Amino acid sequence: MSLLSVEKLTVAFPGQVAVRETSFAIAPGETLALVGESGCGKSVTAFSVMRLLPPNARVASGRILLEGTDLLALSPAGMREVRGKQISLIQQEPMTSLNPVLSIGLQIAEVLRRHEKVSRKQARARAIELLDLVSIPDAHRRIDDYPHNLSGGMRQRVMIAMAVACHPKLLIADEPTTALDVTTQAQVLDLLDDLRHRLGMAVLLITHDLGVVAQWADRISVMYAGRIVEQAGIKPFFAEPLHPYSRGLLGARVDVEADEHYSRNRLSEIPGSVGSALGEAGCSFAPRCPIAVPGCRIAPPPLVAHGERAVACPRVGA
Amino acid sequence: MTVDAELTPKVADVGSRAAPRKGRRLRAFLRNPTFIAGVAILGFFVLLALFADMLFPGDPMDMVAQPLLWPGDDAQYPLGTDSLGRDVLAQLVHGTRASLLVGFFAAAIGLAIGMAVGAAAGFFGGWTDTLLMRLVELFQTTPTFLLVIVILVIVDPSLPTIAMAIGVSSWPTVARLVRAQFRSLREADFVMAARSLGYSRLRIIVQEILPNALPPVIVAASVMIANAILTEAGLSFLNMRDPNVLSWGGMIGDGRDQLRNAWFLTALPGAAIAMAVLSLNLVGDGLNEILNPRSDQS
Amino acid sequence: MRMGRRIAATLRRTAIHAGPTVLGIIVLDFLFLQLMPGDAADVMAIEAGSATAETMAMMRERFGLDQPVLSQLASFLGHLAQLDLGYSPRFNASVLDIIMARLPNTVLLMLTALSFALLLGIVLGSVMAAWAGRWPDRVLSVVVLLLYSMPGFWVGLMAVVLFSVKLGWLPNDSNMTIGSDFTGWALIADRAAHLVLPALALASFFVAVYARLVRASMLEVQRQDFMRTAHAKGLHPFLIQLRHALRNALIPVTTVAGMHLGNLLGGAVVVETLFGWPGMGRLALEAVLARDFSVLLGVLLLSSLLVIVANVAIDLLHAWLDPRIGEA
Repeated sequence: MSLLSVEKLTVAFPGQVAVRETSFAIAPGETLALVGESGCGKSVTAFSVMRLLPPNARVASGRILLEGTDLLALSPAGMREVRGKQISLIQQEPMTSLNPVLSIGLQIAEVLRRHEKVSRKQARARAIELLDLVSIPDAHRRIDDYPHNLSGGMRQRVMIAMAVACHPKLLIADEPTTALDVTTQAQVLDLLDDLRHRLGMAVLLITHDLGVVAQWADRISVMYAGRIVEQAGIKPFFAEPLHPYSRGLLGARVDVEADEHYSRNRLSEIPGSVGSALGEAGCSFAPRCPIAVPGCRIAPPPLVAHGERAVACPRVGA
Repeated sequence: MTVDAELTPKVADVGSRAAPRKGRRLRAFLRNPTFIAGVAILGFFVLLALFADMLFPGDPMDMVAQPLLWPGDDAQYPLGTDSLGRDVLAQLVHGTRASLLVGFFAAAIGLAIGMAVGAAAGFFGGWTDTLLMRLVELFQTTPTFLLVIVILVIVDPSLPTIAMAIGVSSWPTVARLVRAQFRSLREADFVMAARSLGYSRLRIIVQEILPNALPPVIVAASVMIANAILTEAGLSFLNMRDPNVLSWGGMIGDGRDQLRNAWFLTALPGAAIAMAVLSLNLVGDGLNEILNPRSDQS
Repeated sequence: MRMGRRIAATLRRTAIHAGPTVLGIIVLDFLFLQLMPGDAADVMAIEAGSATAETMAMMRERFGLDQPVLSQLASFLGHLAQLDLGYSPRFNASVLDIIMARLPNTVLLMLTALSFALLLGIVLGSVMAAWAGRWPDRVLSVVVLLLYSMPGFWVGLMAVVLFSVKLGWLPNDSNMTIGSDFTGWALIADRAAHLVLPALALASFFVAVYARLVRASMLEVQRQDFMRTAHAKGLHPFLIQLRHALRNALIPVTTVAGMHLGNLLGGAVVVETLFGWPGMGRLALEAVLARDFSVLLGVLLLSSLLVIVANVAIDLLHAWLDPRIGEA
């Protein structure tokens, strides 16, 4: 049975639908990468799982099951038991995701105090252990530091320490390394991967970086304009992407891989932009698709299983 | 009780922005209920001030009826009479003039000084800036109201000197605001272009930077008028007023002796002050929303 | 230890900053003194009605009023260095003594009003932010805007009508019951009862200022990433607002509170006069009526110094709230 299963989730903002009937599942202990360009709805999907959407957003339909419990049906108090304890979150920007006026020790300890019956002293000792765990040197001294005393990579380590403090079953990492430089990126992702194995948690890794996906994920879900267009294991996906959008992504990536520098804008090397999906009745990718036929513009194609993988394009596959 | 510092946080975010097309901005003004309400109330007071002599001819200081008529006692004097038998309504209408005149002129003086100091400090930077900001700090440390009183001891109180005294003590906030604007605009592309064209400094300051620095100053102006009216009221309440001019604050001061038996003599002019100041604050809030669309409204 | 170092750094910076301001205030004060119409000798002569030129000259010499301006400034500074603000012929006491006798009352009134304004402002602002755009916010916004527009002394007068005249609950004159010989709790209760209305009148405007500021500031904080981090920990929303949001939101509020201290003291002139509160503000007005300008300028000087001292306190509070301050 899967740990988390998102079923036909639709999230709407005023005048705009950000996520449309999206379904995916994560097995215990696995890393699922949710990939797409900015604005495709991947962060919104992640925030829906935590039920931390911006106030003007609304889950229009769907279910989000954590070990069979529908998170969307939980009371606010019930949901607070889940947050930080069963599911935790790492955000993109380490500079702003820690509270600047509270010491990092306090910020780590407060999640422990919230979910576990520990004294102030015990929480502090555990926080030092956690800082050790995420390889922050001099943890017993660093614990009284404030975020502004730390570098970006260190702050992201603190975020990770905070996120894994209560041994969650699922860690949602929303572009955890986008704001970091390349060397630090690899260190932070190695740390995450190491902790995943040691603590036996599943990771929902949200990224736009296929290099990151290839190295650290078990499976991939490709999102385009609020829909998942392809799901596959990492090996088969990189060996043969099926959806034309995935192919475009990978093709674009190969072009720049020569100098091993992943530029952020490579996704836009596919002609057009994700904005051209607005108001499209059929497949959202049709306006940019090299193999589209008039039939593609009538109705959005469903995600169809092809063995272990699935793709939302009638023009490809078996 | 002047509080000018309040404007800083309120308008700090206004920033400079290329002016959007005129039509769109005009519509934004008309669509903003806060602004419209403020302008309507303010307009009402301005009309009262302009037509006071036609509405209530004759000297409002004259005794016209028996003293201490309560509002509603006599239909001819709907708001009653004071201890000297003077028509309260006529006094209120004539008193509008003093409040508005002092408010507008004090704000004008304060704006002129503040903009000059702020522009110089922000544009030239360096020693000029350090020195001028010291001066600003000096004036901000001195309790404004006391400063006004000291000035009014040196020059006897009359409408122009009261406006001058309030203006002279209320400029530092504007100076800070304008300085911040100038510092950020100093390096802007269009200023660089003007510099490279060899325009004179004065021309760059007045023609290039100033218009772009104006939006937060406009918001500040309405709050300054409001605060000047409040200060004037406090002064005339303490009898530091032009003895020949009727003012709302003075009416409160006169009415205070009858607080026990005729509290309406205190309540009515105070309510008039509150309404006038409220209208200016509404205009200020509305302007802030229009010129700074990002500000809250969640 | 780190806290101690930051406090020291903050104090050092403030001291370096305040020095020239104090000097500037003193010089400004002296200039005003020179500009004042006539001098104390004139006033007393007018009051005595029969002063000869000789007695006038004698009085001027006695009070040093016959010296050239620069040497007067030098002697002014010299006297100030010895905490001598001069002698008031009118009150027949040293200016410093007169003011010091009034200072504690003003400080008490100011601190009470400021605490009241901050407390109520923070509560109102937080409530408005929590219900932003809904009816509690709309109703309170109107109330706050009205408070923001009403002269404080008029609010005080209306409170007198209600609480003293109509209900008879609170006294409205002086700072204690005249001729009473209360001790212990009765004394404290008597003083507190006398403090309520003046503090209310002085605070009313600032309640509105802080409420508006806290509302805007709290709404701004809600948008920050660290708020989502806090929610993602499963913390109770109330705790999040208290621990994570409010502390950040208060940083701009303390800055503005510092800028308002001068205005608060200015407001005390009207409020103290209105309530017969024996503080510096009322003294200023008494000095004006008595045309005793050395006392008036002494009040101006000391209240400016009071503002500077209070600003140091605010800076320390600021450094406590925001760990980024004081570390180079």
